[in-house]
Amino acid sequence: MSLLRDIAASLQRGEDDQVAALVGQALDDGLDPAAILHDGLIAGMAVVGEQFREREIFLPDVLLAARAMYAGLGLLKPLLATGGVPTAGTVVIGSVQGDLHDIGKNLVGIMLTGAGFEVIDLGNDVPPQRFVDAACQHGAGVIGLSALLTTTMPVMKDVVELVRSRGLEGRIKVIVGGAPVSDAWARQIGADAYGYDAASAVERVRALVGAQA
Amino acid sequence: MKQRVDWSPAETLPDRQIVLSLQGIPAGASPSPRVSAIFEAAVAAYLESAEPRALVADISQEAFAKVFDGEGRNAAETPIGAVVPRADALALFVATVGARVTDRTRALFAQNDPALAAMLDAVASGAADRLTQLLAARFPAVPDGGDGRGRVTLGYSPGYCGWHVSGQRALFAYLGADAIGVTVNESCLMHPLKSVSGVLAAGPPGIHRFAPGYEFCTDCRNRTCLGRLQRLFDETSSG
Repeated sequence: MSLLRDIAASLQRGEDDQVAALVGQALDDGLDPAAILHDGLIAGMAVVGEQFREREIFLPDVLLAARAMYAGLGLLKPLLATGGVPTAGTVVIGSVQGDLHDIGKNLVGIMLTGAGFEVIDLGNDVPPQRFVDAACQHGAGVIGLSALLTTTMPVMKDVVELVRSRGLEGRIKVIVGGAPVSDAWARQIGADAYGYDAASAVERVRALVGAQA
Repeated sequence: MKQRVDWSPAETLPDRQIVLSLQGIPAGASPSPRVSAIFEAAVAAYLESAEPRALVADISQEAFAKVFDGEGRNAAETPIGAVVPRADALALFVATVGARVTDRTRALFAQNDPALAAMLDAVASGAADRLTQLLAARFPAVPDGGDGRGRVTLGYSPGYCGWHVSGQRALFAYLGADAIGVTVNESCLMHPLKSVSGVLAAGPPGIHRFAPGYEFCTDCRNRTCLGRLQRLFDETSSG
Protein backbone atom coordinates (compact mmCIF):
# COMPACT_ATOMS: atom_id res chain seq x y z
CA MET A 1 0.00 0.00 0.00
CA SER A 2 1.69 3.17 -1.20
CA LEU A 3 0.33 5.44 1.52
CA LEU A 4 1.77 3.22 4.24
CA ARG A 5 5.10 3.16 2.43
CA ASP A 6 5.00 6.96 2.25
CA ILE A 7 4.37 7.11 6.00
CA ALA A 8 7.33 4.85 6.67
CA ALA A 9 9.55 6.85 4.30
CA SER A 10 8.56 10.20 5.81
CA LEU A 11 9.17 8.83 9.27
CA GLN A 12 12.67 7.72 8.26
CA ARG A 13 13.37 11.29 7.14
CA GLY A 14 12.09 12.65 10.47
CA GLU A 15 9.28 14.64 8.84
CA ASP A 16 6.88 14.89 11.75
CA ASP A 17 4.34 17.23 10.10
CA GLN A 18 4.27 15.08 6.97
CA VAL A 19 3.84 11.86 8.97
CA ALA A 20 0.92 13.37 10.87
CA ALA A 21 -0.67 14.53 7.60
CA LEU A 22 -0.23 11.13 5.95
CA VAL A 23 -1.58 9.24 8.96
CA GLY A 24 -4.58 11.57 8.96
CA GLN A 25 -5.08 10.91 5.26
CA ALA A 26 -4.82 7.15 5.80
CA LEU A 27 -7.47 7.29 8.49
CA ASP A 28 -9.70 9.39 6.25
CA ASP A 29 -9.24 6.76 3.55
CA GLY A 30 -10.54 4.15 5.99
CA LEU A 31 -7.32 2.23 6.53
CA ASP A 32 -7.14 0.06 9.61
CA PRO A 33 -5.33 1.92 12.45
CA ALA A 34 -3.45 -1.27 13.32
CA ALA A 35 -2.15 -1.51 9.74
CA ILE A 36 -1.09 2.14 9.80
CA LEU A 37 0.76 1.48 13.05
CA HIS A 38 2.49 -1.73 12.02
CA ASP A 39 3.04 -1.25 8.29
CA GLY A 40 3.65 2.49 8.44
CA LEU A 41 5.10 3.72 11.73
CA ILE A 42 6.70 0.56 13.14
CA ALA A 43 7.94 -0.51 9.71
CA GLY A 44 9.59 2.89 9.31
CA MET A 45 11.16 2.73 12.75
CA ALA A 46 12.43 -0.77 12.02
CA VAL A 47 14.41 0.58 9.07
CA VAL A 48 15.68 3.45 11.21
CA GLY A 49 16.75 1.00 13.93
CA GLU A 50 18.58 -1.13 11.40
CA GLN A 51 20.37 1.89 9.91
CA PHE A 52 21.35 2.96 13.42
CA ARG A 53 22.72 -0.49 14.24
CA GLU A 54 24.73 -0.41 11.02
CA ARG A 55 25.99 3.09 11.95
CA GLU A 56 24.56 4.53 8.74
CA ILE A 57 22.71 7.15 10.78
CA PHE A 58 23.24 8.59 14.25
CA LEU A 59 21.27 9.04 17.44
CA PRO A 60 19.82 12.47 16.52
CA ASP A 61 18.46 10.99 13.27
CA VAL A 62 16.80 8.21 15.25
CA LEU A 63 15.27 10.72 17.63
CA LEU A 64 13.98 12.86 14.77
CA ALA A 65 12.30 9.75 13.41
CA ALA A 66 10.93 9.06 16.89
CA ARG A 67 9.44 12.54 17.00
CA ALA A 68 7.77 11.84 13.67
CA MET A 69 6.52 8.52 15.01
CA TYR A 70 4.97 10.26 18.02
CA ALA A 71 3.25 12.70 15.67
CA GLY A 72 1.53 9.79 13.94
CA LEU A 73 1.01 7.78 17.08
CA GLY A 74 -0.83 10.67 18.69
CA LEU A 75 -3.54 10.33 16.05
CA LEU A 76 -3.69 6.55 16.24
CA LYS A 77 -3.61 5.95 19.99
CA PRO A 78 -7.24 6.81 20.78
CA LEU A 79 -8.35 4.45 18.01
CA LEU A 80 -5.92 1.70 18.96
CA ALA A 81 -7.03 1.85 22.59
CA THR A 82 -10.64 1.18 21.68
CA GLY A 83 -9.72 -1.46 19.09
CA GLY A 84 -7.75 -3.70 21.45
CA VAL A 85 -4.82 -3.90 19.02
CA PRO A 86 -2.12 -6.21 20.37
CA THR A 87 1.35 -4.77 20.96
CA ALA A 88 4.73 -6.48 20.91
CA GLY A 89 4.45 -6.59 24.69
CA THR A 90 4.39 -4.31 27.69
CA VAL A 91 7.56 -3.10 29.38
CA VAL A 92 7.80 -1.17 32.63
CA ILE A 93 10.88 1.04 32.74
CA GLY A 94 12.42 3.47 35.20
CA SER A 95 15.57 4.70 36.88
CA VAL A 96 16.02 2.98 40.21
CA GLN A 97 15.53 4.51 43.62
CA GLY A 98 18.12 7.16 44.42
CA ASP A 99 18.94 7.78 40.78
CA LEU A 100 17.65 10.87 39.04
CA HIS A 101 19.24 10.30 35.65
CA ASP A 102 16.72 9.65 32.95
CA ILE A 103 18.18 10.35 29.52
CA GLY A 104 19.32 6.77 28.88
CA LYS A 105 16.08 5.38 30.20
CA ASN A 106 14.12 7.77 27.98
CA LEU A 107 16.06 6.63 24.93
CA VAL A 108 15.30 3.01 25.71
CA GLY A 109 11.62 3.91 26.07
CA ILE A 110 11.61 5.66 22.70
CA MET A 111 13.29 2.73 20.96
CA LEU A 112 10.93 0.22 22.57
CA THR A 113 7.91 2.28 21.54
CA GLY A 114 9.28 2.41 18.01
CA ALA A 115 9.58 -1.37 18.05
CA GLY A 116 5.89 -1.70 18.89
CA PHE A 117 6.06 -2.21 22.64
CA GLU A 118 3.73 -0.57 25.11
CA VAL A 119 6.02 1.31 27.48
CA ILE A 120 5.06 2.25 31.02
CA ASP A 121 7.66 4.81 32.09
CA LEU A 122 7.73 5.25 35.86
CA GLY A 123 10.29 8.06 35.70
CA ASN A 124 13.26 8.21 38.03
CA ASP A 125 13.93 7.53 41.72
CA VAL A 126 11.56 4.54 41.56
CA PRO A 127 11.44 2.17 44.57
CA PRO A 128 11.52 -1.60 43.90
CA GLN A 129 7.95 -2.23 44.95
CA ARG A 130 6.64 0.31 42.45
CA PHE A 131 8.33 -1.49 39.57
CA VAL A 132 6.78 -4.81 40.51
CA ASP A 133 3.37 -3.36 41.31
CA ALA A 134 3.30 -1.54 37.97
CA ALA A 135 4.33 -4.67 36.07
CA CYS A 136 1.51 -6.62 37.70
CA GLN A 137 -1.01 -3.84 37.16
CA HIS A 138 -0.22 -3.43 33.45
CA GLY A 139 0.45 -7.09 32.71
CA ALA A 140 4.03 -6.30 31.74
CA GLY A 141 6.34 -9.17 30.87
CA VAL A 142 9.50 -7.16 31.31
CA ILE A 143 10.86 -4.64 33.81
CA GLY A 144 13.70 -2.44 32.56
CA LEU A 145 15.95 -0.90 35.22
CA SER A 146 18.38 1.94 34.67
CA ALA A 147 21.14 3.09 37.04
CA LEU A 148 23.97 5.52 36.46
CA LEU A 149 25.59 5.28 39.86
CA THR A 150 27.41 2.45 41.58
CA THR A 151 25.56 3.46 44.74
CA THR A 152 22.16 2.83 43.17
CA MET A 153 23.01 -0.40 41.36
CA PRO A 154 22.14 -2.55 44.42
CA VAL A 155 18.52 -1.45 44.04
CA MET A 156 18.45 -3.53 40.86
CA LYS A 157 19.15 -6.59 42.95
CA ASP A 158 16.31 -5.63 45.28
CA VAL A 159 13.91 -5.59 42.30
CA VAL A 160 15.09 -8.99 41.09
CA GLU A 161 14.64 -10.44 44.57
CA LEU A 162 11.22 -8.86 44.93
CA VAL A 163 10.09 -10.44 41.65
CA ARG A 164 11.27 -13.81 42.99
CA SER A 165 9.78 -13.40 46.45
CA ARG A 166 6.40 -12.66 44.91
CA GLY A 167 6.62 -15.81 42.81
CA LEU A 168 6.74 -13.86 39.53
CA GLU A 169 10.04 -15.23 38.26
CA GLY A 170 9.66 -16.39 34.68
CA ARG A 171 6.48 -14.39 34.20
CA ILE A 172 8.23 -11.05 34.67
CA LYS A 173 11.75 -10.74 33.29
CA VAL A 174 14.20 -8.09 34.41
CA ILE A 175 16.66 -6.31 32.14
CA VAL A 176 19.26 -3.88 33.51
CA GLY A 177 21.38 -1.16 31.96
CA GLY A 178 23.28 2.07 32.59
CA ALA A 179 26.86 3.30 32.43
CA PRO A 180 28.30 1.39 35.42
CA VAL A 181 26.22 -1.73 34.77
CA SER A 182 27.72 -4.73 33.02
CA ASP A 183 26.73 -8.15 31.81
CA ALA A 184 28.63 -9.61 34.75
CA TRP A 185 26.60 -7.48 37.16
CA ALA A 186 23.36 -8.61 35.52
CA ARG A 187 24.37 -12.24 35.99
CA GLN A 188 25.55 -11.63 39.54
CA ILE A 189 22.20 -10.25 40.68
CA GLY A 190 20.17 -12.79 38.71
CA ALA A 191 18.74 -10.38 36.15
CA ASP A 192 17.50 -11.95 32.93
CA ALA A 193 19.35 -9.64 30.55
CA TYR A 194 21.70 -6.70 30.18
CA GLY A 195 21.28 -3.92 27.63
CA TYR A 196 24.54 -2.23 26.68
CA ASP A 197 22.70 0.60 24.96
CA ALA A 198 19.20 1.49 23.81
CA ALA A 199 19.43 -0.48 20.58
CA SER A 200 20.71 -3.63 22.25
CA ALA A 201 18.09 -3.25 25.00
CA VAL A 202 15.36 -3.52 22.38
CA GLU A 203 16.91 -6.69 20.99
CA ARG A 204 17.20 -8.19 24.46
CA VAL A 205 13.63 -7.29 25.36
CA ARG A 206 12.45 -8.89 22.12
CA ALA A 207 14.33 -12.04 23.07
CA LEU A 208 12.90 -12.02 26.59
CA VAL A 209 9.35 -11.63 25.31
CA GLY A 210 9.98 -14.35 22.74
CA ALA A 211 11.27 -16.63 25.47
CA GLN A 212 8.04 -16.16 27.40
CA ALA A 213 5.81 -16.98 24.45
CA MET B 1 41.27 30.27 50.13
CA LYS B 2 37.75 29.55 48.95
CA GLN B 3 36.48 31.32 45.87
CA ARG B 4 33.22 31.48 43.93
CA VAL B 5 33.51 31.65 40.16
CA ASP B 6 30.73 32.71 37.79
CA TRP B 7 30.77 32.45 34.00
CA SER B 8 28.47 33.57 31.23
CA PRO B 9 26.84 30.58 29.48
CA ALA B 10 28.72 31.48 26.29
CA GLU B 11 32.08 31.10 28.05
CA THR B 12 31.22 27.52 28.96
CA LEU B 13 29.95 26.29 25.58
CA PRO B 14 31.70 23.06 24.61
CA ASP B 15 33.25 22.46 21.24
CA ARG B 16 30.75 21.34 18.59
CA GLN B 17 32.58 18.10 17.90
CA ILE B 18 32.55 17.19 21.59
CA VAL B 19 28.78 17.56 21.66
CA LEU B 20 28.36 15.56 18.47
CA SER B 21 30.63 12.81 19.78
CA LEU B 22 28.44 12.61 22.89
CA GLN B 23 25.60 11.97 20.45
CA GLY B 24 27.55 9.13 18.89
CA ILE B 25 28.64 11.08 15.81
CA PRO B 26 32.31 10.42 15.20
CA ALA B 27 34.80 13.07 14.11
CA GLY B 28 34.87 13.32 10.34
CA ALA B 29 31.24 12.27 9.89
CA SER B 30 28.92 14.77 8.27
CA PRO B 31 25.72 15.21 10.21
CA SER B 32 22.65 16.03 8.13
CA PRO B 33 21.41 19.63 7.90
CA ARG B 34 18.53 18.68 10.20
CA VAL B 35 20.93 17.41 12.85
CA SER B 36 23.02 20.57 12.49
CA ALA B 37 19.87 22.63 12.99
CA ILE B 38 19.10 20.68 16.16
CA PHE B 39 22.61 21.34 17.41
CA GLU B 40 22.11 25.08 16.87
CA ALA B 41 18.74 24.97 18.63
CA ALA B 42 20.29 23.10 21.56
CA VAL B 43 23.06 25.68 21.85
CA ALA B 44 20.44 28.44 21.89
CA ALA B 45 18.48 26.61 24.60
CA TYR B 46 21.66 26.16 26.62
CA LEU B 47 22.56 29.85 26.35
CA GLU B 48 19.07 30.76 27.57
CA SER B 49 18.98 28.41 30.51
CA ALA B 50 22.51 27.78 31.83
CA GLU B 51 23.74 29.39 35.04
CA PRO B 52 27.34 28.17 35.25
CA ARG B 53 29.17 28.68 38.52
CA ALA B 54 31.74 27.02 40.74
CA LEU B 55 33.28 26.92 44.17
CA VAL B 56 36.98 26.18 44.47
CA ALA B 57 39.22 26.00 47.53
CA ASP B 58 42.89 25.31 48.05
CA ILE B 59 43.58 22.21 50.10
CA SER B 60 46.74 20.80 51.65
CA GLN B 61 48.05 17.30 50.97
CA GLU B 62 47.11 16.24 54.51
CA ALA B 63 43.59 17.62 54.36
CA PHE B 64 43.05 16.09 50.91
CA ALA B 65 44.19 12.70 52.16
CA LYS B 66 41.30 12.73 54.64
CA VAL B 67 38.79 13.88 52.02
CA PHE B 68 40.04 11.25 49.59
CA ASP B 69 39.73 8.48 52.15
CA GLY B 70 36.08 9.45 52.49
CA GLU B 71 34.17 6.43 53.70
CA GLY B 72 37.04 4.02 53.08
CA ARG B 73 35.58 2.58 49.88
CA ASN B 74 38.24 3.54 47.33
CA ALA B 75 40.05 0.96 45.26
CA ALA B 76 43.24 -0.30 46.86
CA GLU B 77 45.36 1.32 44.17
CA THR B 78 44.31 4.38 42.20
CA PRO B 79 46.00 6.83 39.84
CA ILE B 80 44.90 9.64 42.14
CA GLY B 81 46.82 8.05 44.99
CA ALA B 82 49.91 8.28 42.80
CA VAL B 83 49.28 11.69 41.22
CA VAL B 84 48.34 13.76 44.24
CA PRO B 85 51.38 13.22 46.46
CA ARG B 86 53.58 14.45 43.60
CA ALA B 87 51.46 17.56 42.93
CA ASP B 88 52.73 21.02 43.79
CA ALA B 89 49.28 22.35 44.63
CA LEU B 90 45.75 21.03 45.08
CA ALA B 91 42.28 22.53 45.08
CA LEU B 92 38.86 21.00 45.62
CA PHE B 93 36.06 22.14 43.37
CA VAL B 94 32.37 21.81 42.66
CA ALA B 95 30.93 23.35 39.51
CA THR B 96 27.53 23.28 37.84
CA VAL B 97 25.70 24.55 34.78
CA GLY B 98 22.59 24.89 36.94
CA ALA B 99 19.24 23.17 37.24
CA ARG B 100 17.35 25.07 34.56
CA VAL B 101 19.14 23.20 31.76
CA THR B 102 18.01 19.85 33.11
CA ASP B 103 14.50 21.21 33.63
CA ARG B 104 14.46 22.36 30.02
CA THR B 105 15.71 18.96 28.84
CA ARG B 106 12.97 17.16 30.73
CA ALA B 107 10.34 19.53 29.39
CA LEU B 108 11.49 18.82 25.84
CA PHE B 109 11.22 15.07 26.39
CA ALA B 110 7.74 15.59 27.82
CA GLN B 111 6.82 17.59 24.70
CA ASN B 112 7.88 14.67 22.49
CA ASP B 113 10.95 16.45 21.18
CA PRO B 114 13.57 13.84 22.09
CA ALA B 115 16.08 14.93 19.44
CA LEU B 116 16.42 18.43 20.85
CA ALA B 117 16.21 17.13 24.43
CA ALA B 118 19.07 14.68 23.94
CA MET B 119 21.16 17.26 22.08
CA LEU B 120 20.63 19.80 24.87
CA ASP B 121 21.65 17.15 27.37
CA ALA B 122 24.83 16.57 25.39
CA VAL B 123 25.59 20.30 25.24
CA ALA B 124 25.11 20.51 29.02
CA SER B 125 27.31 17.44 29.62
CA GLY B 126 30.04 18.91 27.45
CA ALA B 127 29.72 22.24 29.22
CA ALA B 128 29.95 20.61 32.66
CA ASP B 129 33.17 18.89 31.61
CA ARG B 130 34.45 22.18 30.27
CA LEU B 131 33.96 23.81 33.67
CA THR B 132 36.73 21.60 35.06
CA GLN B 133 39.03 22.74 32.26
CA LEU B 134 38.13 26.39 32.85
CA LEU B 135 38.89 26.03 36.54
CA ALA B 136 42.15 24.25 35.79
CA ALA B 137 43.15 27.05 33.42
CA ARG B 138 42.68 29.69 36.09
CA PHE B 139 44.23 27.62 38.86
CA PRO B 140 46.63 30.21 40.14
CA ALA B 141 49.41 29.30 41.90
CA VAL B 142 51.89 27.21 40.20
CA PRO B 143 54.19 28.93 37.78
CA ASP B 144 56.82 27.26 35.72
CA GLY B 145 58.74 24.99 38.02
CA GLY B 146 62.09 26.19 36.81
CA ASP B 147 62.66 23.20 34.58
CA GLY B 148 61.27 24.98 31.53
CA ARG B 149 58.37 22.54 31.17
CA GLY B 150 55.71 24.42 33.05
CA ARG B 151 53.00 22.85 35.05
CA VAL B 152 49.83 21.02 34.08
CA THR B 153 46.61 21.12 36.10
CA LEU B 154 44.10 18.31 35.67
CA GLY B 155 40.94 17.39 37.57
CA TYR B 156 40.09 14.02 39.13
CA SER B 157 36.60 13.22 40.36
CA PRO B 158 34.82 10.90 42.81
CA GLY B 159 33.14 8.08 40.95
CA TYR B 160 36.07 7.70 38.55
CA CYS B 161 39.48 6.05 38.54
CA GLY B 162 38.98 4.19 41.80
CA TRP B 163 37.85 7.19 43.85
CA HIS B 164 34.56 5.87 45.19
CA VAL B 165 31.57 8.09 44.57
CA SER B 166 30.81 8.07 48.32
CA GLY B 167 33.80 10.41 48.55
CA GLN B 168 31.41 13.14 47.44
CA ARG B 169 30.19 13.49 51.00
CA ALA B 170 33.59 14.43 52.43
CA LEU B 171 34.32 16.68 49.45
CA PHE B 172 31.01 18.52 49.79
CA ALA B 173 31.41 18.85 53.56
CA TYR B 174 34.86 20.39 53.09
CA LEU B 175 33.70 22.85 50.42
CA GLY B 176 30.24 23.76 51.67
CA ALA B 177 29.03 23.48 48.10
CA ASP B 178 25.43 24.28 49.00
CA ALA B 179 26.64 27.90 48.90
CA ILE B 180 26.37 27.69 45.11
CA GLY B 181 23.25 25.53 45.21
CA VAL B 182 24.85 22.13 44.61
CA THR B 183 24.02 19.24 46.93
CA VAL B 184 24.44 15.47 47.04
CA ASN B 185 21.65 13.03 47.83
CA GLU B 186 21.86 9.75 49.75
CA SER B 187 23.18 8.03 46.61
CA CYS B 188 25.91 10.69 46.31
CA LEU B 189 24.22 11.98 43.19
CA MET B 190 24.76 15.68 42.65
CA HIS B 191 21.90 18.09 42.18
CA PRO B 192 21.73 19.85 39.76
CA LEU B 193 22.52 16.83 37.62
CA LYS B 194 24.92 18.63 35.29
CA SER B 195 27.53 19.27 37.95
CA VAL B 196 31.12 18.18 38.38
CA SER B 197 33.34 17.92 41.41
CA GLY B 198 36.79 16.74 42.34
CA VAL B 199 40.34 17.79 42.95
CA LEU B 200 42.56 19.89 40.73
CA ALA B 201 46.15 18.71 40.89
CA ALA B 202 48.89 20.95 39.52
CA GLY B 203 52.40 19.79 38.87
CA PRO B 204 54.89 18.68 36.25
CA PRO B 205 53.21 16.88 33.34
CA GLY B 206 54.76 13.58 34.30
CA ILE B 207 52.76 13.28 37.51
CA HIS B 208 49.56 12.86 35.50
CA ARG B 209 50.84 9.99 33.40
CA PHE B 210 49.68 6.52 34.33
CA ALA B 211 48.93 3.26 32.61
CA PRO B 212 45.18 2.56 32.56
CA GLY B 213 45.65 -0.98 33.76
CA TYR B 214 43.94 -0.79 37.12
CA GLU B 215 41.35 -3.36 38.08
CA PHE B 216 38.49 -0.88 37.68
CA CYS B 217 39.67 0.11 34.19
CA THR B 218 38.22 -3.15 32.85
CA ASP B 219 34.63 -2.04 33.36
CA CYS B 220 35.21 1.63 32.54
CA ARG B 221 33.20 2.81 29.53
CA ASN B 222 34.44 6.38 29.58
CA ARG B 223 38.13 5.85 28.95
CA THR B 224 38.46 9.63 28.84
CA CYS B 225 41.86 9.19 30.48
CA LEU B 226 43.24 7.81 27.20
CA GLY B 227 42.53 10.98 25.24
CA ARG B 228 43.67 13.12 28.12
CA LEU B 229 46.93 11.24 28.47
CA GLN B 230 47.49 11.38 24.72
CA ARG B 231 46.94 15.15 24.65
CA LEU B 232 49.26 15.54 27.61
CA PHE B 233 51.92 13.48 25.87
CA ASP B 234 51.53 15.43 22.61
CA GLU B 235 51.68 18.82 24.30
CA THR B 236 54.62 18.12 26.52
CA SER B 237 56.70 16.19 24.04
CA SER B 238 56.37 18.82 21.32
CA GLY B 239 57.77 21.65 23.47
